[in-house]
Amino acid sequence: MLAVTWNFDILPDFIFNGLQAGAIYATVALALVLIFKATTLINFAQGELAMLGAFFVYVINIEQGLWLWLSILLAMGFSALLGMAIERTLTRPFDPSDHLPVVLITLGLFLIVNAVAADIWSFQTKRAADAFGKFPGWVPFGWGGERFIEVFGTRLRYQTIGIWVTLALVLFGMGLILNRTKIGLSFRAVSSNVESARLVGVNTGRTLGFGWALASMLGTLGAALVAPSLGGYNPNMMAAILIYALAGAALGGLDSLGGAVLGGVCVGLIQSVVVSWLGVVVLEQAYMSILQLAAAFLVILIVLMFRPSGLFGTRTIERV
Amino acid sequence: MLKVEGLHASYGAVSVLRGLDFEVPDGEVRVILGANGAGKTTTLRAICNMCNVSGTVEFEGENIVGTSTAQIVQKGVAHVPQGRGTFPELSVTDNLLVGAYVRKDNEVRDDIGRWFEIFPRLEERKDQLAGSLSGGEQQMLAVARALMSRPRLLLLDEPSLGLAPLIIEDLFERFTALNKETGLTMLVVEQNANLALEMADYGYVIESGHITLSGPADQLKNDPAVQEAYLGA
Repeated sequence: MLAVTWNFDILPDFIFNGLQAGAIYATVALALVLIFKATTLINFAQGELAMLGAFFVYVINIEQGLWLWLSILLAMGFSALLGMAIERTLTRPFDPSDHLPVVLITLGLFLIVNAVAADIWSFQTKRAADAFGKFPGWVPFGWGGERFIEVFGTRLRYQTIGIWVTLALVLFGMGLILNRTKIGLSFRAVSSNVESARLVGVNTGRTLGFGWALASMLGTLGAALVAPSLGGYNPNMMAAILIYALAGAALGGLDSLGGAVLGGVCVGLIQSVVVSWLGVVVLEQAYMSILQLAAAFLVILIVLMFRPSGLFGTRTIERV
Repeated sequence: MLKVEGLHASYGAVSVLRGLDFEVPDGEVRVILGANGAGKTTTLRAICNMCNVSGTVEFEGENIVGTSTAQIVQKGVAHVPQGRGTFPELSVTDNLLVGAYVRKDNEVRDDIGRWFEIFPRLEERKDQLAGSLSGGEQQMLAVARALMSRPRLLLLDEPSLGLAPLIIEDLFERFTALNKETGLTMLVVEQNANLALEMADYGYVIESGHITLSGPADQLKNDPAVQEAYLGA
């Protein structure tokens, strides 16, 4: 009944798609892990805050007409302030060792931000400008002005390359901030041992606020970059991405920044190559989107069952 | 240097300290002895405002109850918590750098070099993660990290816990040397009463949140009650 014809010609295409989606999941997973490392909390509102950040980009870029990259930077700045405000008002007053209240708060925030965004901008998808539509004119080899280049007989889009270059720059920047600045050092200290961080005089509240700011900025960047391939800005744009990012973070190990990046990329590849390609080749196209989501949950399930610490996470997160 | 009066401390509804009075004069090493759960650790935590505190804690003539932990560190109190409290995911050098968090001068690197001279094992492992060090090395790192804030008062919470006897001996010799050479004032909480009393000038015995006995170290060493309870005689 199932006609199995292995079509390898389209495989590179799915790999490129998977890498592009994976870079976005990696960005959001990184945001989740930043907060988790410092607080052992999953911020379920991460995706919605990123969506809100993307709408900031929409307002500044499309409505106000500012240059796209400037709009993204401004939106990241607003998101950072919002993230710090949320940390200060909604999480800091609660006992950090009691996780339930704060998890419920982030869930509530998820619903509130989604509803507010829907009320302001409606569920009608708003058009997004693509930061990586066509190669800029100065790019050599006659690529300037093209949307893609031919690699392995398939199209490697400028969008994919651009998102990867951005991810690389973000990782480099994060590395600098975390390893070369005082606030980065104190953030790593708080993530490693809150009690000792307090005992050496680190202001843990302000440091966590910094973590929230960094995570919010990452989310906004990810959402702004993914918007064009989703057809534009929509209050529900990040719902599925949050799940893929969570799967990526779980796969990489919830407390490993490098693991988050690798896990996010893996989930993108699993989703695209394993599910989509197999879906197209083995099954009918119609099953694809359902299978993609199912695959993400399957990844989470398998990781939690067989290796709860993920690929790169600390084996025992509890400390004695 | 440190003068504590009527110190009460609690975690939520559980009250642990019920009115402690003690003091640590400048340049002395004083020890607090007591069984598990007597309130030794809480006493040190209370000094650093790490739990709910009432009473007075005077540090260099200034009441520091209600002052934030960060400010207390800044005033010159360093605390080596029980179980070392290093940052396992940070390198040895980064651990020392965090220790200097409250400092604003530019001699931090020089100080790291100085502690590396005193603890050469740490220099050998300066790029390793603290979590990969042995127990003794971690305790040295914890002490060096605390000293990075250039404290005038060092609080040590069970420094001998979980270490081999030879390493403990070496560690306590270093504490004594630190006190003799730099005049650093220390308040040590210990279960290993023998060693602690050898190093200390003066000791307190604490039982269920009260001080039940105090006196010069030599006198406590020969006290029959102390011998029976803490020295295993």
